[in-house]
Amino acid sequence: MFKDLFRKQRRYATIPSEKAKKEVPEGVIEKCPSCGTILIAKELEKNLKVCKSCSYHFPMSAQERIQSIVDVGRFFEYDPDLLSEDPLSFPNYPEKLAQDKEKTNLNEAVVTGEGTIGGYPAVIGVMDPRFRMGSMGSVVGEKITRAAERATMKRYPFLLFSASGGARMQEGVLSLMQMAKTSAAIEKMNRNKVLFVSILTNPTTGGVSASFASLGDINIAEPGALIGFAGRRVIEQTVRQRLPEGFQTAEFLLKHGQLDMVCSRLELRDTLIKILEFHA
Amino acid sequence: MITNGYLSFEKPLVELRAKIAELEKFMQDKSIDLSDEIAILEKKAEKLEKEIYGNLTTWQKVQIARHTSRPTTLYYIKSIFTDFMELRGDRLYRDDQSIIGGIAKLDGRPVTIIGQERGTDTKDKIARNFGLPHPEGYRKALRLMQQANKFGRPIITFIDTQGAFPGIEAEERGQSEAIARNLREMAGFTVPIICVVTGEGGSGGALAIGVGNRLLMLEHAYYSVITPEGAAAILWRDASKAQEAAEALKITSADLKALGVIDEIVPEPKGGAHRNPEQQAAFIKKAIVKHLNSLLKLTPDELLEDRYQKYAQIGNYLEPSKGSR
Repeated sequence: MFKDLFRKQRRYATIPSEKAKKEVPEGVIEKCPSCGTILIAKELEKNLKVCKSCSYHFPMSAQERIQSIVDVGRFFEYDPDLLSEDPLSFPNYPEKLAQDKEKTNLNEAVVTGEGTIGGYPAVIGVMDPRFRMGSMGSVVGEKITRAAERATMKRYPFLLFSASGGARMQEGVLSLMQMAKTSAAIEKMNRNKVLFVSILTNPTTGGVSASFASLGDINIAEPGALIGFAGRRVIEQTVRQRLPEGFQTAEFLLKHGQLDMVCSRLELRDTLIKILEFHA
Repeated sequence: MITNGYLSFEKPLVELRAKIAELEKFMQDKSIDLSDEIAILEKKAEKLEKEIYGNLTTWQKVQIARHTSRPTTLYYIKSIFTDFMELRGDRLYRDDQSIIGGIAKLDGRPVTIIGQERGTDTKDKIARNFGLPHPEGYRKALRLMQQANKFGRPIITFIDTQGAFPGIEAEERGQSEAIARNLREMAGFTVPIICVVTGEGGSGGALAIGVGNRLLMLEHAYYSVITPEGAAAILWRDASKAQEAAEALKITSADLKALGVIDEIVPEPKGGAHRNPEQQAAFIKKAIVKHLNSLLKLTPDELLEDRYQKYAQIGNYLEPSKGSR
């Protein structure tokens, strides 16, 4: 690379001493990408992965999210064995699925189930952004549809935490149709007057924001979450102008009337319990 | 890529046809009998035509679907229906001309029509934003569909868009919400809904008027979760690999039929809809009438359930505890 020509050459290599390695084992500390503060991982976890100094919300795995919301030990998972296939024989798709399964310890990008929150029963869905960017293919669509159908049947409120880059390209038009399928299931819930609360977390974009995630009776977002239909780059290339400050953030959407509230993760469980109590 | 309305892969055929025309003129002018030669060339042309149009690659189909002379929604509305009355505006913000809608009669029966309209000449195209709707376009469509549902009119939609407009104001006014709401509401209507993909089926922006009891697709139309160019940019960081991406995404009418997404492929005249728009309109009408007649036998509840089941069944996954599907 041309750039390399100008890079400062390091004269000495630094070899971390054995002692230094032992003092800070991997995963003990984490640096906040927003304010740069060094945080103790255990404390960060205790604080629901919210930075103590700037309130930046770190990404949460599906497992962590469920733990942070559901009453201890009160979660029963639905359809854990639904597995993606490769309907289009898309280049490298099976390998990517296998990698993400190993990385996340999940079978797919959403975990659904039922549990109690503050004693109130609810059907819960949680998307995990680490699995194929939380994208929606056939399995994600089917699991969310089944969860919505069970919520309708049992007349339990449905709480859905979105975190997704959108429809999954590798399953082509089948992914696109999951938008219609999930929205039809939400329609059935709506017609049967069952509560649907959509919690939009970072990021909720594309086909997920343009289907169930925008359809809550109440739409809540986490602070700073990226939420939008089209990607920034696509918009920039189309309109050829700079995007306004804070474009497509939760706060931007709140200001433009697309959300009911932006709620800190530290207050989210209490807020949800309050909502459940109102609708009990 | 396009010369005189012909696409580059059509060149050998165009040249052969020109040669035949030349010979015919020569024969007339000089009174020399060349009919044997012409007959041989005609046969050759027919064979070539079959070869070219019978084996179109995905990318060639995309080129036909995007052809500048391809008939647009307004043409189909005027040739398939009678008494079209355009109804405008979303009652909230403005009238988005990239989506056109209104009421008309299909063989005497009142129906509501919605469709993306990309425009015909430059001025018209700009006024219609090249068929890329803003949220207010989808909200107009929703208003007209709710009206149709109220008065028991079947809904016919024509899908032809590269996608929903990716712009600052579109995001501010809730492009996501507008699309999402249409998906939900269309799932809940109790009138027959027939959707026809006539050209480009561009992702969520197409689907937002595309939740129907029946989904029909023109032979050379395409329907995709992402444009081939967009997919190529993500996959290989190279938009020029769009041809490969188009193949990989499985976006042709035959692909969608095989995947169980569409109900019927509407044939196109040889070379594409633009070669014979009148015939194309007749083909579309025939398919719409056939499906509408079968849907009109269903009760409102059955129509709702029929549509729900159609989408519930789309998807491909393994479920070891219950077997694959």
